[in-house]
Amino acid sequence: MALLQIAGLSKSYDNETKVLKDISFNVKAGEFVSIIGPSGAGKSTLLRCINRMVSISSGEVIFDNAQVTSMKKRALRQLRTNIGMVFQHYNLVPRLTVIENVLHGRFGYKSTLQGVLGRFTEAEKEQAFYLLRKLGIVEHAYKRCDQLSGGQQQRVGIARALIQDPKLVLCDEPIASLDPNSSKIIMDHLKSITSELGITCLVNLHQVEVAQQYSDRIIGLNHGEVVFDGLNYQLTEDKINRIYGTQVRELITV
Amino acid sequence: MSEKVMQKRKWQTTIALVIIIAITYLSAAITNFNFIDGLAAFPTAIGWMFSHLLITQESLEKLPAILGKLNETIFMSIAATTTAAVVSIFLSLMGSKTTSVNGFLSMFARLIASVSRNIPVVAWALILLLSFGQNSITGYLALFVGTVGFLTRAFMESIDEASHSAVEALTATGATYFHIVNKAVLPQSLPQMISWILFMIETNIRSATLVGILTGTGIGYTFDMYYKSMNYNVVALITFSIVIAVIIIELISNYIRKVMM
Ligand SMILES: Nc1ncnc2c1ncn2[C@@H]1O[C@H](COP(=O)(O)OP(=O)(O)O)[C@@H](O)[C@H]1O
Ligand SMILES: [Mg+2]
Repeated sequence: MALLQIAGLSKSYDNETKVLKDISFNVKAGEFVSIIGPSGAGKSTLLRCINRMVSISSGEVIFDNAQVTSMKKRALRQLRTNIGMVFQHYNLVPRLTVIENVLHGRFGYKSTLQGVLGRFTEAEKEQAFYLLRKLGIVEHAYKRCDQLSGGQQQRVGIARALIQDPKLVLCDEPIASLDPNSSKIIMDHLKSITSELGITCLVNLHQVEVAQQYSDRIIGLNHGEVVFDGLNYQLTEDKINRIYGTQVRELITV
Repeated sequence: MSEKVMQKRKWQTTIALVIIIAITYLSAAITNFNFIDGLAAFPTAIGWMFSHLLITQESLEKLPAILGKLNETIFMSIAATTTAAVVSIFLSLMGSKTTSVNGFLSMFARLIASVSRNIPVVAWALILLLSFGQNSITGYLALFVGTVGFLTRAFMESIDEASHSAVEALTATGATYFHIVNKAVLPQSLPQMISWILFMIETNIRSATLVGILTGTGIGYTFDMYYKSMNYNVVALITFSIVIAVIIIELISNYIRKVMM
């Protein structure tokens, strides 16, 4: 049984142009899937339909046997608790400390009052430190996030997603703002989320090489349509050209 | 920067300068303001200031009374600003794109902010005088209303600028609205907000003097009274005290800003 089923998903922001057109694919639990495609192809929109950060125009998204398309407040909150998200620009609260930002990942499980008072259990705090240690930034736990490098901030973002205890982690261009060294560290950590913790990962990328190196499976998106869906070795030169268009590819992959 | 852009910039500057001169000349002509006469009046005016606006031994006796009134004015400004800030926080949360709950409330908040901001404080004082009469409530309300307008607008910008991305992330974790506001939006935009509040306190102390003349309260009233009885020595002392007070407040707020950032 697939963890995530997407069938006939379409999305339009303005009721005129379709950003996503009739997208269908399934993701099994424990898979590491990359979504590649040129800028504007609809990758970010696709991820945001899955945790309903944007509304779905038509079609079905089924996560863990629950119909996502029609979810209302309470169910939606429950859904989001089970899905972590990692962003290109980390999306931390820069003035707060690393540990505070990590613990933000627990709000989904808290009543409004508990959260506002900042009540976290010992187990939650221990888990936060455990994750920071695992990601190699435990010595920065009490530093403000704006004093960290980009790569370190992204690791805080990953810790925040993991402390949710999610079944799925969505990553929207997690390495697009990072240098090659930090990029490798981040990709290695994401890969180990799947291989060690068994958490499913869906990662938007625009570097084909990175996608090929890390993923089990690659989905190619162009103009809101799935133009490739296969295992990474099946992604041949000519398929890549179909995703990016022949000429632009050189520019995008540099 | 290329040669062409530079050349274009130069032209733009020249044209702008010409337009400004033309407008100045035109408005002077319309209002019958004569630069030469204005300039000629300067030496006499300054001479008058130096001979009349002297702080004498005699006027210093009034100092305790003046400081009392000045205190009253300063505290009224602070009270008006801080209470307005509390209201503004709620209005700005309703009005900001990042944290708005629904379109109607957002419009409502923006409308209130816009109306109260675009009517000058002095006009508010005159309007409120009609219903509240000459007392300190009128002055307080005039400052309060103007400050709500300004701070709501400033806070909305601080919120949008500071916390859009964190709000997205926390929404995605399943956090509730109040989690997000309390643990992401406010912590991130608070320093900026406090900075605006300090700025508004400074501004309000200046406006309070003017408003006080109209409402017959505080240091403004004292100023008006001595001015009308032509006791210019005391007027000078009052002016001097206000200047010193404003400078001190400014130094304090600069210090607070530095510590906070
Ligand atoms: N919030 C939005 N409102 C309107 N249009 C949007 C919005 N977000 C994205 N779009 C449009 O949807 C298309 C796909 O964008 P996006 O999903 O960000 O693509 P990608 O992540 O692949 O670069 C683009 O044409 C973009 O302009
Ligand atoms: Mg994108």
